[in-house]
Amino acid sequence: MLSPTLVITVSFTYLFILFAVAYFGDKRAETGQSIIASPWVYALSMAVYCTAWTYFGSVGLAASAGVWFLPIYLGPMLSMILAWLVVRKMIRIAKTYRITSIADFIASRYGKSPLLAGLVTIITVVGIVPYIALQLKAISSGYKVMTTPLGGIATPPSAWWSDGTLYMALILAGFTIIFGTRHLDSSERHEGLVAAIALESVVKLVAFLAVGLFVTYGIFDGMSDIFSQASAIAEIKALLTFDQGRSFAYTQWFALTLLAMLSVIFLPRQFQIMVVENVDEQHLKRAVWVFPLYLLLINIFVLPIALGGLLYFGTAPVNAETFVLSLPLAHGQNMLALFAFVGGLSAVTGMVIVEVIAISTMVCNDLVMPVLLRTTRLGERSGGDLTKLLLFIRRIAIIGILLLGYLYFHLAGEAYALVSIGLISFAAVAQFAPAMLGGMYWKNGTRDGALAGLLLGFVMWSYTLMLPSLAKSGWISEDFLNQGLFGIELLKPEQFLGLVGLDNLTHSLFWSLFVNIAAYVAVSLWKRPTAHETSQALLFVDVFERTHLSHPVFWQGQAKVTDLLHLTGRFMGETKALRLFTDYAQEVGVDEIGQIPEDATLVHFVETHLTGAIGSASARIMVASVVEEEALELDDVMRILEEASQLRAYSEALEEKSRSLEQATRELQVANEQLKSLDRLKDNFMSSVTHELRTPLTSIRAMTELMLDDPDMEEEQRLEFLSIVVSEAERLSRLVNQVLDMAKIEAGHAEWHSSDVDILELVTQSVNSISGIYKEHGAVLEVHAPKHVSLIRADADRLIQVLINLLSNAVKFVPEQKGKVEVHIRDAKEGITVEVIDNGPGIAPEKQQLVFEKFRQVEGEIDRQPGTGLGLPISRQIVEHFGGRMWLQSKIGEGACFGFFLPRQKDSLTDTS
Amino acid sequence: MSKTILIADDEKNILISLEFLMKREGYVVVVAHDGQEAIDAISREHPDLVLLDVMMPKKTGFDVCQEVRANPDLKDMLILMLTAKGRDTDIAKGLAMGANGYVIKPFSTRELAQRVHDMLDQA
Repeated sequence: MLSPTLVITVSFTYLFILFAVAYFGDKRAETGQSIIASPWVYALSMAVYCTAWTYFGSVGLAASAGVWFLPIYLGPMLSMILAWLVVRKMIRIAKTYRITSIADFIASRYGKSPLLAGLVTIITVVGIVPYIALQLKAISSGYKVMTTPLGGIATPPSAWWSDGTLYMALILAGFTIIFGTRHLDSSERHEGLVAAIALESVVKLVAFLAVGLFVTYGIFDGMSDIFSQASAIAEIKALLTFDQGRSFAYTQWFALTLLAMLSVIFLPRQFQIMVVENVDEQHLKRAVWVFPLYLLLINIFVLPIALGGLLYFGTAPVNAETFVLSLPLAHGQNMLALFAFVGGLSAVTGMVIVEVIAISTMVCNDLVMPVLLRTTRLGERSGGDLTKLLLFIRRIAIIGILLLGYLYFHLAGEAYALVSIGLISFAAVAQFAPAMLGGMYWKNGTRDGALAGLLLGFVMWSYTLMLPSLAKSGWISEDFLNQGLFGIELLKPEQFLGLVGLDNLTHSLFWSLFVNIAAYVAVSLWKRPTAHETSQALLFVDVFERTHLSHPVFWQGQAKVTDLLHLTGRFMGETKALRLFTDYAQEVGVDEIGQIPEDATLVHFVETHLTGAIGSASARIMVASVVEEEALELDDVMRILEEASQLRAYSEALEEKSRSLEQATRELQVANEQLKSLDRLKDNFMSSVTHELRTPLTSIRAMTELMLDDPDMEEEQRLEFLSIVVSEAERLSRLVNQVLDMAKIEAGHAEWHSSDVDILELVTQSVNSISGIYKEHGAVLEVHAPKHVSLIRADADRLIQVLINLLSNAVKFVPEQKGKVEVHIRDAKEGITVEVIDNGPGIAPEKQQLVFEKFRQVEGEIDRQPGTGLGLPISRQIVEHFGGRMWLQSKIGEGACFGFFLPRQKDSLTDTS
Repeated sequence: MSKTILIADDEKNILISLEFLMKREGYVVVVAHDGQEAIDAISREHPDLVLLDVMMPKKTGFDVCQEVRANPDLKDMLILMLTAKGRDTDIAKGLAMGANGYVIKPFSTRELAQRVHDMLDQA
């Protein structure tokens, strides 16, 4: 047991530290150095989902129902898989239209309907009150555990004014007020608050893990020890199975998972943190795995703590929901218990502050303001500054909501477990799902449909879940529970229309969502939407297709800049309004506020900014009060849309043009690159040709000069020089011819005289003409060919050129006197293959491709008739001209085989077949 | 004592004419047929001047030039590059590699002899 003074002092200190963090965050936000612009902070702040329910309630549930605490965390994990689709769209819509609450979201979607906004607010208040009560109950019982001797009975308060829970509620209200309503900035984000919430998420996780580790490894001997001890006791062992002796309630498991899936998106505090306070859509990418990971971590020790508590306390009267505190206390770990209490306090305050700020904004903007603006003189043009009034309403709302929570705690709190209370709230917010999701993805959803669905769903929820919870607590008569309303059996709230076999939560969820969806769809389809609804539907459903520039403004009428400026000033303060209008003037390109064009865009601008401060429904009323509007018919909307779509078509055409221009530019660039590279090739070619031409010229010039200088040169010397001059001159003319030949073939100017030729005959001709050289070198030349080779269409002279080139290359490389060159001819249906095989030194694989490049002569060439380096490239060009290919197969030391293949062309193919 | 000249070129006929020319001018002549032979001959014979062709098998004249300049024993050797490549970039590259001069083929035998003579005189 700890002294109350210590617990209270520590709690307050912790709350003030949080406040300091929030204050620091706000200050930094004002100077533009956001401390929450990080996906980690965003993901952590989403863990505001884990409240006292998680911290205390899960352990309690696990101690009585085993794994049934899990669906509440499986649901959010599933939701996060869809978050990139759904939540991102919500964020985009909310940012684009400055929506700050779930009531505003729904109302704005269905034609900015004040009625709908009010209904959503009422459902939220009624639905969330039990949830707030849950937090109060948890923290007050936690406090009792901390300050009462273990096992002792806390004395119930003698009178309401001495009930600590009431003061707890008021203190929380006070903190919520200083966190959330120090100034009117709901149109912007509460940066400091988010920072504080993220910090709280860390604290509660660390505290819970600390207790978990202590129980698992301090009291027991690790996880396996706990589970094996638990398995030894029959009643506890049952907790570890899904069915616990009965048949597994799939429907209930599914219902709980679905409920949690919806709640993690539609709970007011989740909407606030995930959508309104979001800094950057991209942060969602991190959150979709960090948040589920957080849930996983905080659930790891739930079962061990629950089982540990059951094993340790046995039959002692200790509430399983406070095992987190009582286990450390029982082991004298007072500081750990205090830390755990602070963790629980984190879970409670985080939830209460965010939830109540969200709801108070809704109450103010969507419930109180529309009524005030319509019924009193506030809405008139002459009215003064309203920012103070707005803040006042919100503060009163905060106190009111917490007092309602306290009231529910007082009425029903003792009868229900934490988790059961929370589920009632979850079922309430699940009613928003059809109107929200339908509104985002279905253009035909209407205001009346949403109203009908929400109303029926809410009534059904109250009748089948909320009222029975009060009845079971003994505050209203249980008669209607047992006999049905007015004694009619079919109207029994927990077996409605005779539906039995479901637990009461699944039963209520089924009926409320069923009537909700049915009414929403049926009424929406039954009645045509108004112009305003249609326009809003398009803006919401197609939010990703619209940019600020192109979205049409559905408004026609007249407005005065001064009126609108004054109106904005009343709700946002004059300095801020002036700043907004100056910025707007700059944006539209005029020098001062007076010159701003008084058009639909201006009205839309003002309305959007007012929406941020007082909600879309109120903003609509206020703007309508200062401008003269003309009623907007469906036809007008269609016309405006038509214009917009023409604009869009025009802009698409422009984009298309700009794309094709870009495409053309890219193609030109590629062509340019090709030209450049061709240019480089040509440059290299020219350089090579120059080199090849100059080399023989060098010898010719040098030798002739030497002979000229020395008339008395020896006869023998002179003859040698002269013969060199002649052979170099021959080489030069051969080179010039081949360069010209190559250039002609490459440019496509070469003349081709195709006829049906007999390869065998061409080979014989070539062999005859070159046999002299072979004899000179003492080399043998053999031809292996079938007796008859069918004709093929080609240029005879060109083919002879190829054959002689191959044969003369071969003889250059074979060993003197021992050279042997074979020519193989193979005739096939597809074409003719000719191979020239020598017994020379062979060519290394890495050099084999080079031989077909211009002016590449393979090194180590034996010093004979020097080649020009163009023979093989030209031969290959010729073969390829007839659709064939040329190749080289060789290994070092095993000779070389140059071959080519000539296909039969189509006409000659038909001839032969 | 007459000076020694190394002639490195892979074209046999150019080698013949240069050898004849340099012998006529009274120099002792050593020949090499590729870049590697040139390197070997340079370190073996320490010639007074090298007539170095650029486009040679195994090692180009540029490679030879670089190796010679990198070797502390040989770095002051006179090198006259001979090449059929006449582009400005080729000349710049040759001089950057440390050649003392650059002669484009085909050359005038008299001018070449004079050039060699001048270079050896200045040294």
